[in-house]
Amino acid sequence: MIPLKIINYNHMKREYIITVYSENHIGLLTRITIIFTRRKINIESLTVSESAIPGVFKFTIVVYTSAELIEKVASQIEKQIDVLKAFYHTNEEMIYQEIALYKVPTEALYENNTIETVVRNSGARILEITREYTIIEKTGHKEETQALFEELNKAKVLQFIRSGRVALTRDPIERLSEFLKERDAMLDSID
Amino acid sequence: MCELHMIPLKTINFNHMNTNKISGSQAVILSLLEEGVDTIFGYPGGAIMPVYDALYDHNKNIKHILTRHEQGAVHAADGYARVTGKPGVCFATSGPGATNLITGIANAMLDSIPMVCIVGQVASPLLGSDAFQESDMVGISMPVTKWNYQVTSPEEIPETIAQAFYIARSGRPGPVLIDLTKDAQFGMLDFNYKKCKKIRSYVPEFPVDPFKVKEAAELIDEAKKPMLLFGQGVIISKAESELKRFIEKTGIPAAWTLLGLSALPTDHPLNVGMLGMHGNYGPNLLTNEADLIIAVGMRFDDRVTGNVKEYAIKAKIIHLEIDPAEINKIIKADVAVLGDAKKSLKMLIDNVKENSHPEWVERFNECTKTEYDKIINKDLFPKKPGLTMGEVVRIASEKTDHEAILVTDVGQHQMIASRYFKFKHPRSFVTSGGLGTMGFGLPASMGAQIGAPGRKVVTFIGDGGFQMTIQELGTIAQNKLPVKIIVLNNHFLGMVRQWQQLFFEKRYSFTELQNPDFITIAKGFGIEGSSVDQRDQLEDSVQKMMDHDGPYVLEVTIEKEDNVFPMVPAGASVSDIMLEP
Repeated sequence: MIPLKIINYNHMKREYIITVYSENHIGLLTRITIIFTRRKINIESLTVSESAIPGVFKFTIVVYTSAELIEKVASQIEKQIDVLKAFYHTNEEMIYQEIALYKVPTEALYENNTIETVVRNSGARILEITREYTIIEKTGHKEETQALFEELNKAKVLQFIRSGRVALTRDPIERLSEFLKERDAMLDSID
Repeated sequence: MCELHMIPLKTINFNHMNTNKISGSQAVILSLLEEGVDTIFGYPGGAIMPVYDALYDHNKNIKHILTRHEQGAVHAADGYARVTGKPGVCFATSGPGATNLITGIANAMLDSIPMVCIVGQVASPLLGSDAFQESDMVGISMPVTKWNYQVTSPEEIPETIAQAFYIARSGRPGPVLIDLTKDAQFGMLDFNYKKCKKIRSYVPEFPVDPFKVKEAAELIDEAKKPMLLFGQGVIISKAESELKRFIEKTGIPAAWTLLGLSALPTDHPLNVGMLGMHGNYGPNLLTNEADLIIAVGMRFDDRVTGNVKEYAIKAKIIHLEIDPAEINKIIKADVAVLGDAKKSLKMLIDNVKENSHPEWVERFNECTKTEYDKIINKDLFPKKPGLTMGEVVRIASEKTDHEAILVTDVGQHQMIASRYFKFKHPRSFVTSGGLGTMGFGLPASMGAQIGAPGRKVVTFIGDGGFQMTIQELGTIAQNKLPVKIIVLNNHFLGMVRQWQQLFFEKRYSFTELQNPDFITIAKGFGIEGSSVDQRDQLEDSVQKMMDHDGPYVLEVTIEKEDNVFPMVPAGASVSDIMLEP
């Protein structure tokens, strides 16, 4: 065992979620990803969509890195001209989900009731059934959607896709509109 | 946001609508005039021809310097920006013209130089089709620009240029690039210019937090061995007099980074010299004795810190910095004061007690004495036969009464020149710091001379770097720029050779140069010049160059294996600084 005091927690890698609020400008995605590329940090997943405030876009980026690097990367992202704000959180600090779709042969459903039981027990749902295939949807953490894949693949999964992550903080409200007001006042206060 | 004044629809007289419109390329020139641009460095080509055509009508209001290569234009714009504090402006055509700017833009990015590059682009319907001279400049320049933008319609031009100048010069300055399609240059628009005052997603500087200033002041008042490190942030925020007042009130010795040079006069009693790899002995050694480091407008570059694990081992750190991303990036700050250096220093001056640290300052003076005996004296007043870089720099500084603007290229001569040239005025030093771009010196000297026409510009270049952009002698001759170019010729890529000598067992792998006759080349361009290799002729040769009315190339043959010392070897601690091999 390594004595606890000599472990530098800042260098220990773990999963982080970076949330970036930005203007909707062409090329900004590249500007943001370059910051990871420079430091050779791989992006595990990426989701981009419009936030609750029209015109403001929200990036949710999952990376596997150290506490020290995540802080530097977040401030280098925030430094980009078109970025309003960048936050980072550990998984425990956020509520997050990913969505997965599975295509299985429909005949596998009829052969025995294993698939039906798996779908029921995992809280998945069926989106479409044709003679050839059935599409199942499951929302959850990666381990959960992966576990369902392993189960379904015992019968055979024809196609599989998992989305990037979406995540919310445990704060009661989204503070972006307040933040924008404060930012505006601050910019006016600087001569 | 930077919106244009919208013209209410009813006020437009539709009968005359076309006569009120101007072309996109005319709008480019008018926008530059609105921003107070007086000089453009550039090189024309197919995709930027409409802009050049519009420029033809304004040659009384805006000077255009036609360089011999786009790299020359971008470094000249950089030199212009460093001596004036105004953004340097650069034009180039699409494709190879634009890609030739990239080294210079990267250079400006690392050194926080305000710069606006406007490059042509193929017409928007051709974008992405691998058209003739098409290159993805927004993509290519993204990692090396503070901001960039592609304009595809004429209406976007005034607002984009207004934003570009605002972004380039505000906060921590940097280069921006505008990629302008040919159809946007030809298209018509109603021109109405409004300067950009804010962008909601961009905070150029944070207001200084008075509580942080108080915290910093307490540490400063308590410190027994405080040391101040200043960088280019002092020059950018025009805080030279605040810096002086602060160190004089607190009695704190101050050392400079390469880019901080000239912010404090050389002969100030609290100026203790240069930091870093080839900096002075005292400030490097004593970094590890200091109990407090006050870093002002500097970013703890690895050439300054050496091994960060053994850097400032006894010191608390106060970091005055405008860019939040620099806080804790390399060295963790105990107190970080975010904001403009001038404003932060002003507040600090009001909060600290008057103080003095005579014994501590004496430690620096002792180190200077040691360094003088072991190195400086031999560099500046050598007794051995071969000429040293140091004595040439000393004489050039003396012959200009320490009033000149010093421009350097990159390498040994750069370190020697920054160590020994003396300064009385700020904004007098132009060098490529962060990127270390060989070939920077000659074109940057053109920009410096144009930005400061009344001042003497002295440029030191090695024989290697001179040949990287030697074609700009043509630009210097055509524009009669009276720069004084001193080529320190040792027939080697000297800095690499020095490392090969010290760390690669003298295996001089591809560092020896067979050089052309530089003076014949200068004369071919119509520039006066002479060569010198004897000590007894050196002073007269330098004097003759300084007295010459116009550009001049002085080639000085120096000792082949002259080295730069002291030296903090790569990966070593600053306190392991070597005074000799």
